[in-house]
Amino acid sequence: MEPCILETRSLSKEFKGFSAVADLNLRVGRGTIHALIGPNGAGKTTVFNLLTKFLTPTSGTIHFKGQDITKEKPADIATLGIIRSFQISAVFPNLSPLENVRIALQRTTGDSYRFWKSERCLRRLDARAMELLDAVGLADLSGGVTGELAYGRKRALEIATTLALEPELMLLDEPTQGMGAEDVERITALVKAASANRTVLMVEHNLKVVASLADRITVLQRGAILAEGPYAEVSQDPRVLEAYMGSAHA
Amino acid sequence: MNRLAWILLLAAGLAAPFAVYPVFMMKLLCFALFALAFNLLLGYTGLLSFGHAAFFGGAAYVTGHLVKHAGLTPELGILSGTLFAAALGWVVGSLAIRRQGIYFAMVTLALAQIVYFLALKLPFTGGEDGLQGIPRGFLFGVIDLQRHYAVAGKSLGLNLYYFVFALFCLGFWIVHRTIHSPFGQVLKAIRENEARALSLGYRVERFKLIAFVISSALAGMAGATKSIVFQLASLTDVSWHTSGEVVLMTLLGGVGTVLGPVAGAFTVVTLQSELSFVGPWITVIIGGIFVVCVLVFRRGFVGELGRILKRAL
Repeated sequence: MEPCILETRSLSKEFKGFSAVADLNLRVGRGTIHALIGPNGAGKTTVFNLLTKFLTPTSGTIHFKGQDITKEKPADIATLGIIRSFQISAVFPNLSPLENVRIALQRTTGDSYRFWKSERCLRRLDARAMELLDAVGLADLSGGVTGELAYGRKRALEIATTLALEPELMLLDEPTQGMGAEDVERITALVKAASANRTVLMVEHNLKVVASLADRITVLQRGAILAEGPYAEVSQDPRVLEAYMGSAHA
Repeated sequence: MNRLAWILLLAAGLAAPFAVYPVFMMKLLCFALFALAFNLLLGYTGLLSFGHAAFFGGAAYVTGHLVKHAGLTPELGILSGTLFAAALGWVVGSLAIRRQGIYFAMVTLALAQIVYFLALKLPFTGGEDGLQGIPRGFLFGVIDLQRHYAVAGKSLGLNLYYFVFALFCLGFWIVHRTIHSPFGQVLKAIRENEARALSLGYRVERFKLIAFVISSALAGMAGATKSIVFQLASLTDVSWHTSGEVVLMTLLGGVGTVLGPVAGAFTVVTLQSELSFVGPWITVIIGGIFVVCVLVFRRGFVGELGRILKRAL
């Protein structure tokens, strides 16, 4: 396995006695697309929120490139190079697509606290923002109203915004959820393209997407790892078939 | 907004005291500045403060006291009031931004009520009577703000008016610049989707706090100016009614628009003044207008106008 970029050690999360994640040891290899799957209530989203610091673990630690990030805040892990997406598309609806991407580009400029400067100074970022929009097929919609974009396009915009920060690790929470077949294909291709030179960890329900994208799959059940390995291997595992895939293939 | 529109508005402001009673015009400007400051939070950061009277009234007391008893010139008095409001805003903001939505509003209201209580009980505020007879004094120690000029048979206090108008323009410019700055872009992103702004690496709480301090400082500047104009700082200035009124002004005019709060403040203050003969029924009338506004044009006067003209006002 490739050197590990993200690792959890005995990660646990309890909600009032209910153990949502129990003693999880997850290792994500650098440069891979790693998928986290499992039936409803398996703790996928909880794991996701623990990794992105939106939840605090009850016990255990999280390591990014060997560094303990268990105590970091959500904004801090972003500066380390971990950017997450959300289940529901996370765009800024009343800003234009160009401004959406520019918000991400702006973060590293050091201008963000300057309330006395004109926003005209942000125009120097426009060219790069257009490149990113172009890469996801949104260049001709750059000046429109983001809130009025179709769902699939919002998701594409979200990916462009995430890529603007050049993250080393992208965490995607169900990137194709709620999409028609056409959009699923488009987003799958975008994720594939985005994964060049970086690591992707995704929670995903759509097994077709998982099969075509993921190098490695971890199946969760009741907050613990049930099986792990490449799709071909995991999909033949009788425990997995029983817990999850059996119904999906039926 | 194009340059011509701004020049026309500026000209209107300069000519106003010859058409409208200057003291009334100054009251409009003070409340308009107050609403502008408030809108920076509600309209551009998505934070509903229900305690902004604490900054407005608190600064009025501080300025009044310093001008009256320490002999400060009006501009230094207003500067002190503004700095006091900024400091108070930092304290209130630090506590309130830990909560969101309605809880944020409740924390600001609770802290503002403490300020109200202090204004009622502290010896220097004059309690129920308020702080009266605040001298207008000499601007920079030289220009007499009491001086009136005879123009077309009327006696107009133009020095004071242009001083207030200049302060209003300064405040307006600060708000305008802030919302059209890189910082303002981040504020809008936080308003639109806080979790996403956070996950992109913005320390959301710090941005909210800075916005809160700027807003409370400008609300303080409005209150401080008002205390010089009316030579009075009273409990009304710090009461929760005033906090509610500024919400009303902003929503009527158009939240999240640059000119909306000004239009809203002008409307509310004018109605209160023109309809003062109906007594307490004024509350019912303004309430009725507010209900109609919410039902018919949700974006407020200026917001709806902007939608029709398809441009941000």
